[in-house]
Amino acid sequence: MTVRDALNSAIDEEMSADPKVFVMGEEVGQYQGAYKITKGLLEKYGPERVYDTPITEAGFTGIGVGAAYAGLKPVVEFMTFNFSMQAIDHIINSAAKSNYMSAGQINVPIVFRGPNGAAAGVGAQHSQCYAAWYASVPGLKVLAPYSAEDARGLLKAAIRDPDPVVFLENELLYGESFPISEEALDSSFCLPIGKAKIEREGKDVTITTFSKMVGFALKAAEKLAEEGISAEVINLRSIRPLDRATINASVRKTSRLVTVEEGFPQHGVCAEICASVVEESFSYLDAPVERIAGADVPMPYAANLERLALPQ
Amino acid sequence: MAHFLKSSSSKSALLNILKHNLALVTPARRHLRQSLPPSIRASQNPISRLCNTMAEKLSSIGFHEDANNQEVMDFPGGKVAFTHEIHFISESSQERVPCYRVLDDNGQQITNSHFVQVSEEVAVKMYSDMVTLQIMDNIFYEAQRQGRLSFYATTIGEEAINIASAAALTPEDVIFPQYREPGLLLWRGFTLQEFANQCFGNKSDYGKGRQMPVHYGSNKLNYFTVSATIATQLPNAVGAAYSLKMDKKDACVVTFFGDGGSSEGDFHGALNLAAVMEAPVLFICRNNGWAISTPTSDQFRSDGVVVKGRAYGIRSIRVDGNDALAMYSAVHAAREMAITEQRPILIEALTYRVGHHSTSDDSTRYRSADEIEWWSKARNPLSRFRTWIESNGWWSDEAESDLRSRIKKEMLEALRVAEKSKKPNLKNMFSDVYDVPPPNLKEQELVVRQTIKSHPQDYPSDVPF
Repeated sequence: MTVRDALNSAIDEEMSADPKVFVMGEEVGQYQGAYKITKGLLEKYGPERVYDTPITEAGFTGIGVGAAYAGLKPVVEFMTFNFSMQAIDHIINSAAKSNYMSAGQINVPIVFRGPNGAAAGVGAQHSQCYAAWYASVPGLKVLAPYSAEDARGLLKAAIRDPDPVVFLENELLYGESFPISEEALDSSFCLPIGKAKIEREGKDVTITTFSKMVGFALKAAEKLAEEGISAEVINLRSIRPLDRATINASVRKTSRLVTVEEGFPQHGVCAEICASVVEESFSYLDAPVERIAGADVPMPYAANLERLALPQ
Repeated sequence: MAHFLKSSSSKSALLNILKHNLALVTPARRHLRQSLPPSIRASQNPISRLCNTMAEKLSSIGFHEDANNQEVMDFPGGKVAFTHEIHFISESSQERVPCYRVLDDNGQQITNSHFVQVSEEVAVKMYSDMVTLQIMDNIFYEAQRQGRLSFYATTIGEEAINIASAAALTPEDVIFPQYREPGLLLWRGFTLQEFANQCFGNKSDYGKGRQMPVHYGSNKLNYFTVSATIATQLPNAVGAAYSLKMDKKDACVVTFFGDGGSSEGDFHGALNLAAVMEAPVLFICRNNGWAISTPTSDQFRSDGVVVKGRAYGIRSIRVDGNDALAMYSAVHAAREMAITEQRPILIEALTYRVGHHSTSDDSTRYRSADEIEWWSKARNPLSRFRTWIESNGWWSDEAESDLRSRIKKEMLEALRVAEKSKKPNLKNMFSDVYDVPPPNLKEQELVVRQTIKSHPQDYPSDVPF
């Protein structure tokens, strides 16, 4: 199953199960989504529940949040998370803080989803990873799927969750196919938010990462195995809450940590993981933590430079 | 002779009057001139001198426009007539949009004014709540000056907008306020004690001491927690209105903002989307002349905010915000249109911020004391409405002094109780960040508790845990 179909079926099933769930964003209806994630939904659920919005991220995000205040469960699509910058006020000030500020009177069951991070050849304003940004905000949950199973299980969990969830997809993974279990195809399937997945067990070094980089890490682990090094690959799945327990348990076992992300190094997800391990498992480390991140530059357009700006 | 509109049919008469006044009125001659066949148009010289007589001559052939493809164009949204003049739409109309009012500055009902009649009971509650709001403001303001509150913002001068809007709505209508509309909560039954508890952030505050003073909220009373970020409530309101629409509720959403808020991107996004979504929402702008120290002349160059409605395809009206009867009638009519026709309505209420922006501001540094004085005396919303209810025989000097002394006493008592009341518990610091607290928050709370236990002398003693 492709990640695209996994996301599409997850939305479809949740819309079918709960009439309060609706989709909104630019091009989500008639055009079926810029990346066809919402394919077939307009036909099935009609324009009231698959809402094509004008081009106003601040406007439609604010409206989604208002609808969530009033009891609906909106799934808001950003054509890319880079464009969510125009709406970040509503994601942070209106969505993330409202349950707290209202003392639990107003919860905000909303999902903000769309492609995040680098795609291919689309330059600085389409290529940034916002995982670290959103993961620094209390009140938000931040998920990043890698496989089709992740995509289905996490998106369904996000839609059912009573809190606002930022759901970071990756454009280059949409078309990628993954084997999927019968269990994961069941409409009741859901993954727990806040739990990482050990994709590959190992004993010599821990590699933590998320989204597309999980695939890179698994390939790296295969290469390392050829050299007789056993790497444990942790797919974070949830950036906030962060599964510190799984990460630290793994590091205590392997005594080495390599963190990988596509985003910028400073104040990144890797930096937070590094801090957590230094605080909780310092004495278990046999070597300094290695941090692999994107170059500290806005993404260049030229393909050769773009490749160099990302973990290889 | 005033038109009293008592029955439901006469209410709809008011609706028709308002709609008529709001309708796009195009002088017939201009409409025809734009649609003249080329042969006739060519004979116009100069066009402007001839257009009056030409229009009369052509009144029978105006319908040719549809038959002549050169004259009109089918374009998304409807037919567009062609013109051969280089005619720019003027940046402003020759006359400013008129302002609807019922009572003159002295509180006398204007002859032939159209309004929705209010009963004695409602009128007396309106007036009493306006007075209560003013007394509450004055006492909280003084308490802040004495250092007992960190912050306060008064609603002085804008009592009529608050209370008359509230009176014209039903409790099911959902309010997305800015921060100068506590009167709607007051009308719906929020007590002076509840206001005081919020301002002091004590253990009885429904917000668990998390919001700064004046940022009230009550789920029970359909009043959303005040958002301090300017104008974010506008798109939120449209979203909530969309929810009411989907549930086919007999209610609308009402959101408030100031003249300054209309400059925010959220204002434009919200109005545009409300029109497109056909959301039952009332946008009420309190144009009070000042956004902190910025006068409206530095805020926008349009004729206020009311004219912006048409740009988004939204029916709009300008109202004297210091005339409680006019505000009541306009909001009443707007609500009915919003719900029955499922559409947004924009109301621009002209008023004046008599108080400072907030206790962080001294407005006499940027505006004259005379200006403030004039608005507070000559255009006072309370005294105007009082004159009207007195002229109906519904109010007296005695009732006035009884009300004032009772509210003042209640208010001082509420303040005393709120101030003495215990502060929120430590657990309130960590709860409600999420529906269920994640492990890291539980850990943080545990660490704080252990640290306080082991070093009690280093921590404030007023945090119950």
